Amino acid sequence: MNDLRPPDDTLNNAPALTKRQVWIGIAVILALLLAWLVFTPVWPEWVKDILISKKAFVSSILNGLTLAGLYFLVASGFTLVFGLMRNVNLAHGSLYLLGAYVGYEIADLTGYWLLGVAGAFVIVGLLGIVLQVVVFRRLEGDDLRQTLVTIGISIVAADLMLAIWAGGTYQILVPDWLSGTLELPIISAVRSNGSIVYIKYPLFRILVLLAAIAIGIALWLMLNRTRVGMMIRAGVDDREMLSASGINVHAVFAIVFAVGAGLAGLAGVIGGSALSVSPGEDVRYLLASLVVVIVGGMGSISGAAIGALLIGLAEQLGLVYFPTYGIVVTFLIMVVTLAIRPQGIMGSTS
Amino acid sequence: MTTEPFPDQAPARNDLIARIGAGHLALAAVLLVFPFVASDFFTTQIGAYSLIFGMLGLSLMWLAGYGGMVSLAQITIAGIAGYTVAIFGENSADVHGFGWPWWVLVPFAVLIAALASALVGWVSVRTSGIYTIMITLAVATAMFYFAQQNYTLFNGFPGFAGVKAPVVFGIDWRDPMPFYFLSLGVAILCYLAVLYASKSTFGLTLQATRDNQRRMRALGYDVTMHKVFAWFLAGIIAGLAGILLVWFNGRISPGTINVGAAINVLIITVIGGLRHPIGPFLGAVVVILMQTFAIDIVGAERFNTLIGLLFLVIVFVSPDGILGLWEKAKAHLAPGSLRSDI
Repeated sequence: MNDLRPPDDTLNNAPALTKRQVWIGIAVILALLLAWLVFTPVWPEWVKDILISKKAFVSSILNGLTLAGLYFLVASGFTLVFGLMRNVNLAHGSLYLLGAYVGYEIADLTGYWLLGVAGAFVIVGLLGIVLQVVVFRRLEGDDLRQTLVTIGISIVAADLMLAIWAGGTYQILVPDWLSGTLELPIISAVRSNGSIVYIKYPLFRILVLLAAIAIGIALWLMLNRTRVGMMIRAGVDDREMLSASGINVHAVFAIVFAVGAGLAGLAGVIGGSALSVSPGEDVRYLLASLVVVIVGGMGSISGAAIGALLIGLAEQLGLVYFPTYGIVVTFLIMVVTLAIRPQGIMGSTS
Repeated sequence: MTTEPFPDQAPARNDLIARIGAGHLALAAVLLVFPFVASDFFTTQIGAYSLIFGMLGLSLMWLAGYGGMVSLAQITIAGIAGYTVAIFGENSADVHGFGWPWWVLVPFAVLIAALASALVGWVSVRTSGIYTIMITLAVATAMFYFAQQNYTLFNGFPGFAGVKAPVVFGIDWRDPMPFYFLSLGVAILCYLAVLYASKSTFGLTLQATRDNQRRMRALGYDVTMHKVFAWFLAGIIAGLAGILLVWFNGRISPGTINVGAAINVLIITVIGGLRHPIGPFLGAVVVILMQTFAIDIVGAERFNTLIGLLFLVIVFVSPDGILGLWEKAKAHLAPGSLRSDI
């Protein structure tokens, strides 16, 4: 195994190139089909028969993309931590919820939404370091006990958060310059008098998607272009060798855990602004991270992106087209992935 | 199950592997006398309830202890059996309720649960180790949301109420005493089955697979099929527990199979100990006693914090649960007693 191969495995499957070309081909065809569906001014009748209305379809796609962005933010931290430390952090959903509450309090207190986002990232990130140093370091190399401990932590955390913030639903208020709607250059319908109606979409949700993409690129740059990133990638491949080359593995672990936890906290504020905050969200986002990471492949950032896209779109399209069976679609994606590729779409076989 | 006798019975349990005797008999006597001494509340809310959750824990212990597969989906499988009973039997929700007789319904529900369990197993054994816990958690959570969203099949949020244990041989099995003995009978059956299975050829193969999967595969065993069959067997136990649970509650709703309940089963099993089939029952008694009486200590509100902390302490101090603690205590006492004997 090549020690410095990127964690996203793009160079790993040289012999299976033809198979990958097939998959890329399918992806391109799907993307073209989607582009056609979105940009055709008026749908032919037979498409309407299948997909109901263009407005419903396009907005569920957009909602799916937004949700995918949010899922990616949560799951990227989860997958990063797993990839390096083999630590399945089942308290990851609690970190998300805590971030949301912390962000709410800070934004409420100072009146600056951005401070809430930054505060949640820093505070939850620091908590991540504390968890790593105080708890996980003591159980290193014992996967099962680490996982059990994270379950215990999530129970206590959920209960304490319930004690502090009670059972109500919070909505983190977005500043004026981020709220409002944006008219997209996508035609929703053409009125009989010839005027064109464009699809409108909340500005904030589009920004969520852009933020997720920006953070994804930043993570990729950090992993592939910085020294710390190099250490992390080396650690994912072979922890012992990294440690033997004189690098303080624990410092690397702490950094990764801080970034992973911080991202969960940040996602909490963004999710709490785009949607809402309430007890039980921790489980929802834990499930999302689990499925995204199982589908995308453990320890792979690009896998998390692909998984998040699949699950986010499936959830929102499912909501519109098979209302009460939506979760089954998500579940089927997971089962099919496990049946065909147990290690996940971008997972390595080791 | 009872409150006090446990610490005394546990050691006898352990060397029972060598000689059948005192421990089992004493425990059996206590369990048989218990409902006649205890109030109805203790008989059902503590006794029968512990037995049911002990069985759920037992199905997890069988998978985790002998198969090395830690599952969080046991309550989901029990829930599938429970929903099957509610849908094909009788309920008061006016949805489904086909009114099948109990002697068709019970085997059918157990079979459905076992098949569902085998399916979960088939999905999760394709990966190994820590993935199992993630996949089963995803299954459990997905199933919870599905049951909550779907009204045509699961009657959504309210679920099904009015599910009654049948009246057979003129005995109403819903009454405290009969229900306790029903649970006890089924629990003992499952307990002995696991004890037997663990020493059968299949059980030994399973344990060997847990210890070294690659070697077993190299020896020509179909590791995947062995594991899936272990899941099937675990599904039978969980299914039986699920039927008892739905009869106990008289109802089933998504709340019965939520993530909290799934984790509860894991907590019970880990607190009790994964080394011996008696562990989960021990854990169930401890956790359910705490659940019932912690209200007086910390108040109902912060119960989860208490149980979560206890769980953390157990995981940190004694990975083998209460059974492990006892082993440790015995190891401390043993050298002294040995010397005095000689």
